[in-house]
Amino acid sequence: MRHLLSISDLGAEGIEEVMRLTDSFVEVSSRAIPKVPTLRGKTVVSLFFENSTRTRLSFETAAKRLSADIMTFSVGTSSVSKGESVRDTVETIEAMGIDAVVVRHRSAGVPWQVSRWIDASVINAGDGWHEHPTQALLDCYTIRERLQTLDGRRVAIVGDIKHSRVARSAVLAFSALGADVTLVAPPTLLPPSLAGWPVQVSHDLDEVLPKVDVVYLLRMQSERMQEALVPSLREYTAGYGLTRRRAAQLQDSTLVMHPGPMNRGVEIAAEVTALPNAVITRQVANGVAVRMAVLFLLLGSGTGR
Amino acid sequence: MIRGGTVVDAGGRRRADVRISPIDGTILEVGPDLDPGAGGAGVIDAGGCLVTPGLVDLHTHLREPGGEEAETIESGSRAAALGGYTAVVAMPNTNPAIDDAATVRQVLELGAKALCDVRVAGAITVGRAGKQLAPLAEMAELGVRLFTDDGCGVQDSQLMRRALEYAGPLGVTLAQHCEDQALAGGGHLHEGEWSSRLGIPGIPAEAEELMVARDIALSRLTAAPVHFLHLSTAGSVELVREAKARGLRITAEAAPHHFTLTAAAAGGYDPIFKVNPPLRTDDDVTAVKAGLADGTIDAIATDHAPHTQEAKEEPFDQAPPGMVGLETALALALTELDLPVERVLALLAWGPAAIAGLTGDHGGPVQPGRPANLTVIDPAAEWTVDPDRLASRSRNCPYAGRRLTGRVRHTILRAEVVVLDGEAQR
Ligand SMILES: [Zn+2]
Repeated sequence: MRHLLSISDLGAEGIEEVMRLTDSFVEVSSRAIPKVPTLRGKTVVSLFFENSTRTRLSFETAAKRLSADIMTFSVGTSSVSKGESVRDTVETIEAMGIDAVVVRHRSAGVPWQVSRWIDASVINAGDGWHEHPTQALLDCYTIRERLQTLDGRRVAIVGDIKHSRVARSAVLAFSALGADVTLVAPPTLLPPSLAGWPVQVSHDLDEVLPKVDVVYLLRMQSERMQEALVPSLREYTAGYGLTRRRAAQLQDSTLVMHPGPMNRGVEIAAEVTALPNAVITRQVANGVAVRMAVLFLLLGSGTGR
Repeated sequence: MIRGGTVVDAGGRRRADVRISPIDGTILEVGPDLDPGAGGAGVIDAGGCLVTPGLVDLHTHLREPGGEEAETIESGSRAAALGGYTAVVAMPNTNPAIDDAATVRQVLELGAKALCDVRVAGAITVGRAGKQLAPLAEMAELGVRLFTDDGCGVQDSQLMRRALEYAGPLGVTLAQHCEDQALAGGGHLHEGEWSSRLGIPGIPAEAEELMVARDIALSRLTAAPVHFLHLSTAGSVELVREAKARGLRITAEAAPHHFTLTAAAAGGYDPIFKVNPPLRTDDDVTAVKAGLADGTIDAIATDHAPHTQEAKEEPFDQAPPGMVGLETALALALTELDLPVERVLALLAWGPAAIAGLTGDHGGPVQPGRPANLTVIDPAAEWTVDPDRLASRSRNCPYAGRRLTGRVRHTILRAEVVVLDGEAQR
């Protein structure tokens, strides 16, 4: 595998391989000096056209722990100048001699375009509404940490599916590993077509909650009100928020997940984030090891290119 | 003299040679086995070929003035001639827009030296802004017969009604790019399976169909003709079919990409496949083909829309919509439509010539006294599309590598051979 653009580049086997690699990198991360020489001499560029300090730091930490050299390019710094095309930017960067580029862009598909222009490996760190594969991988890892497997597990993904790259990658990853996925959202926040999506759909969160092993909440942005997608955040929370009252319907073992950043009091109540089965901080913690696994898979000796 | 071909025009087909006059640009004689004259000088071989009225494109973006890095009137007209066109209608979404007599005159003057006749569509509203009626009469006086705000539709129903009423006595036709902007919602791809999967905002078929339905109603209200540009959905085709059955003054065109490609082509996020109206579904392709076959759709129009490589390398949601089409339209129609050659040529030559008000000069019939605007087509020639070999200044052709059957061999503009054996002569 040369690039990680979509979860579908991995398939079930590829995801399993990332999970196995992640196990060993979790072990590395727990050491006093959490660093291995695996990618010494390799150069990884983080190219963020859209700000996301969390994701960028997670990738950069992962690369550092593998002893790779890091270059950071982000919008707003002199390194990505306004008006320069994406192609010019990546070709300039590639000329410096690099092995992988981690791309985040607000427009869907940019990592695909970049992969056609350069020889280095391209890792999609989130493209518009489309995909965020490493988020889905760390979610899979986090679920397996607690529930051993996704096979046969019932997962509800709740909220703004339509505009969510997290949801698109999660649906592909969870279902590849055998989970039953139910999307729970008002019709206005679902994609116009779900043809080919291995999911069920519900508009009744209260009916779904008692039956699931994982409830995965998506960030609800206030601009959705301006687009007449929901009347108000209050009404959204009443219908689709994981309130304290609703959380009481969950089975004791049901995991509560969120990709962050959270709007406490909107899609998730503050008290719910503190429940023992809320694994939101585990998701963040696993992010580094999963991204080490992905970098190793693409750049490590003997595998990838 | 064009020798050895089969003449095909609205009157049918017959084996005939065609003698043309370089002096006055007309057809002198049409008949089987004409005498080539001493030494055979000036004989153009048409053996195994169809000799047809020159093709007419109702929908060409020549980009001049203002977009010369993507296309000029000269480069676009060369592409047109190579595609078999002897006349194109230049769309007014230039910079500035063609919305007054001065700009019409400027484009017509540049077009006078082109490799095909360049006619002009004027804007319906000032600056194509959809607010204020453009000086339609002033432009009509210069010979403008089609008006459109193409690139977008006239959103304001009252303004469109007034434009139709006002245009009535001018003897011109208003042409609409049908898209309800609010419902289209800034989309970049047909709303459906692919837009959902790719996470790209979609444009529902209904955004087009709403305006088709509205303008059919407005045509009824005003008794004025309406021409629909680039119909792309099954629903639009059905609306036009019904309107025609009721005797309304409706005409319609479809673009080759809407009967050859679907939204699936955009699956790799290449903005080459971004176009407006967007590529739709298999069912829509089938419906457009049926409309072309049964006469619901009167013309194939290219919507030739050149864009620079830089523009087409923008992210999908920022790249401009459009594809070049002049050099592939005829071959796509011959290859992909299961229609008799006569019907294909009706859609490419005499059908659009009538809509554009060009029947005096273009679209046939091939007979003595008529202007010698002719295309010689080798219907059996196979070729592979190579965007790098197009004469257009732009390369945004979505058919790279596609095998096509049928190719323009010669194009003759007022008896001047502008394309000979597939090569532009100037
Ligand atoms: Zn248009």
